[in-house]
Amino acid sequence: MSNKLIVSLSPHEKGELSVEKVMWGVVIALMPSFAISVYTFGFDAIKVVLLSVVFCIGIEFLIQKFMLKSEVTILDGSAAITGILLAFNVPSNIPWWQLLAGSVVAIGISKMAFGGLGKNPFNPALVGRAFMLASFPVEMTTWPVPFSNIWSPATDAITAATPLGRLAEGGVKALGAMTDPAVEAVDYIDIFIGKVGGSLGEISAAAILIGGIYMLFKKIITWHIPVFYLLSLAGFSGLLWIIDPSKYADPLFHLIAGGAMLGAWFMATDLVTSPMSVKGQIIFAVFGGLLCGAIRIYGSYPEGCSYSILIMNAFVPLIDKYSKPKRFGKEVNYG
Amino acid sequence: MKLKTFKLGGVHPPENKMTADIPVVPIDIPKRVSVIMSQHLGVPAVPVVDRGDKVKVGTLIGEAKGFISANIHSPVSGTVFKVDGVTDATGYRKNAVIINVEGDEWEEKIDKSDTLLKEIKLSSEEIIQRIKDSGIVGMGGAAFPTHVKYMFPEGKTADTLVINGVECEPYLTSDHRVMLERPDEILVGVSIMMKAGKVDRAKIGIESNKPDAIKILSEKAEDYPGVEVVPLKVQYPQGAEKQLIKALLNREIPSGKLPLDVGCIVNNIGTALAIYEAVQKNKPLIERVVTLTGKGLKKGGNFLVRIGIPAKNLLEKLGEEIPENTGKMISGGPMMGKAINHLDIPVTKGTSGIVLMSEEESKRNKIQNCIRCSKCVSVCPMGLEPYLLEKLAEKDMFEECEKEDIVDCIECGSCSFTCPSSRQLLDHIRYGKQNVMRIMRERRQQ
Repeated sequence: MSNKLIVSLSPHEKGELSVEKVMWGVVIALMPSFAISVYTFGFDAIKVVLLSVVFCIGIEFLIQKFMLKSEVTILDGSAAITGILLAFNVPSNIPWWQLLAGSVVAIGISKMAFGGLGKNPFNPALVGRAFMLASFPVEMTTWPVPFSNIWSPATDAITAATPLGRLAEGGVKALGAMTDPAVEAVDYIDIFIGKVGGSLGEISAAAILIGGIYMLFKKIITWHIPVFYLLSLAGFSGLLWIIDPSKYADPLFHLIAGGAMLGAWFMATDLVTSPMSVKGQIIFAVFGGLLCGAIRIYGSYPEGCSYSILIMNAFVPLIDKYSKPKRFGKEVNYG
Repeated sequence: MKLKTFKLGGVHPPENKMTADIPVVPIDIPKRVSVIMSQHLGVPAVPVVDRGDKVKVGTLIGEAKGFISANIHSPVSGTVFKVDGVTDATGYRKNAVIINVEGDEWEEKIDKSDTLLKEIKLSSEEIIQRIKDSGIVGMGGAAFPTHVKYMFPEGKTADTLVINGVECEPYLTSDHRVMLERPDEILVGVSIMMKAGKVDRAKIGIESNKPDAIKILSEKAEDYPGVEVVPLKVQYPQGAEKQLIKALLNREIPSGKLPLDVGCIVNNIGTALAIYEAVQKNKPLIERVVTLTGKGLKKGGNFLVRIGIPAKNLLEKLGEEIPENTGKMISGGPMMGKAINHLDIPVTKGTSGIVLMSEEESKRNKIQNCIRCSKCVSVCPMGLEPYLLEKLAEKDMFEECEKEDIVDCIECGSCSFTCPSSRQLLDHIRYGKQNVMRIMRERRQQ
């Protein structure tokens, strides 16, 4: 027997879960979307994702090692997630230095400046994306046509409009609704499986769903945030569609087009920046979905998903304060 | 059929019930035993014997003092060596009667036979008095004096007796063995308790990982009117009385109240056996079943141990030494038990088991930042927010702790168990809770 026994307080048993398992689990869940993006955009997709991950991990390493002189925790997987998500939010032909700038903002300002893992109030990848969209509006909205010269990098960008872009530009007619057969109709199946233009990771709703279900299965996330976010978005857009289908797109389109799926499953569910109680998570998701619909339909940007989540991130402390879980033995009247 | 359980929170730690199939064997009485005077919650008993006094098995050696206290009887026959301090599982020195053993002579009034006595001759009041005289305490671990639960305050009545056969702590199998080996005595004990509490129904909750115990007790319970065995889904901390009552009866004990406030009396399965022996056989609480287990042992075991025998004698009985790589020794289960630093501590009325853990299992993981995953919130069986209580307690913000209901914490440890960042949430919550309770006491005194 070793002469040193540990005498600590209970519990003496510890669970299986660890930060690494949670974070790398999310990375695995992002892989189907990555595969689709490589299939659609080819070499550029690999380049952008790899660069973004290397930038994010590298910046976290430099900050921890040389600025904070603290323990280096780059292998916990959280910087890798930020890197992948940031890459998923940009077009595949984004210049590398713009991606680097986005990574510095995402990791340096949005995460490390607040104290690192677990301390950031806003989703780092979304802050990075918001910064890039404001700073490089042209590059951030120039979408390469899917399947064009995918294995020969650095071809001239031939741009394709995203489904949401077409909606914002030309109204519901631009989607090729029944009313206007002259316009090539948007094929919902194509949007669902990802044969459309758009940011790297958002194009395939199907791949995102597979990743989301994997996270549910692994108990990394619960179903409340994605389901309520999407329901709320569908409900809001559906209500307007019922009122005037010639002016507003139908709710199914809103669900599968653009970043709503990616946002609902991977951004809004970010553990650090979402509320703690189930009640709070539902409030967070419902308002997030409403905001997303409102920005898409009434705002000047075609896509509102990322902003809706960032705005709701700001409300999380307030939501946490006022949405306590139901306590055992309070509000009971027995005997 | 969907099994009953409690709805809010809960975890499922690895069960590791390796000793479930090993029958109970008695431990030989050593040359000397140390009987601690505070084996129960409440005021320690006062020694009524002194150096040189002769005692028999069952002789009163410590007298209850105050309302919440319990008598202590000699578990052996012999001569009192001295009354002195002995370290117990808490690590503090406690007053104890140390007895040099001579033979094994029992008090004449105790019926040592094995005959099952079914007929209950005593009245309700006499039963409660006998429970009190015999020094019966809760055998689940907390060791709350049992007679207190049957002395209802004015205007309070109970309608259900809840018997805890859950044994939700990993590793421990003492209750399980008792249910398998002494089912008749337990059921007569339950009937006695029903009479004492003036209730006409009893529910015995047993988790579904003990199908043999469920089977034998349900079959036998058919002969005992009003007694029902309820299989429960395996979930920790189902053995906590609030969670058990919720699971069995769907009644929720209001914050700060007791089981009696929802018409329940809750007792452990081992307590039912002790009450049977006290009432039918006039045998005070002088022995109990203790599990000794751990992955490092070749074979663990379940033992019938006289109170006061050092825990190391269990290991000797197995013919084993403390395994080389032992990193932690626990009195009780791994979720709520106390870590001890030697095996000389004497077995008490509340010792349900001794668990040896390897160094690897004993080490706490490195603490990382909270990632706000809300796992602690979702597993808390009391609906508290452990992550928040941890932060508030760490910063000595006791007023806020009180507002966030820190005193409702039952210290089950589900939050610390589940935390992916290995944060020691319960350490901080205990600190906060103790301070809040102190502040509340001071406020009441003013």
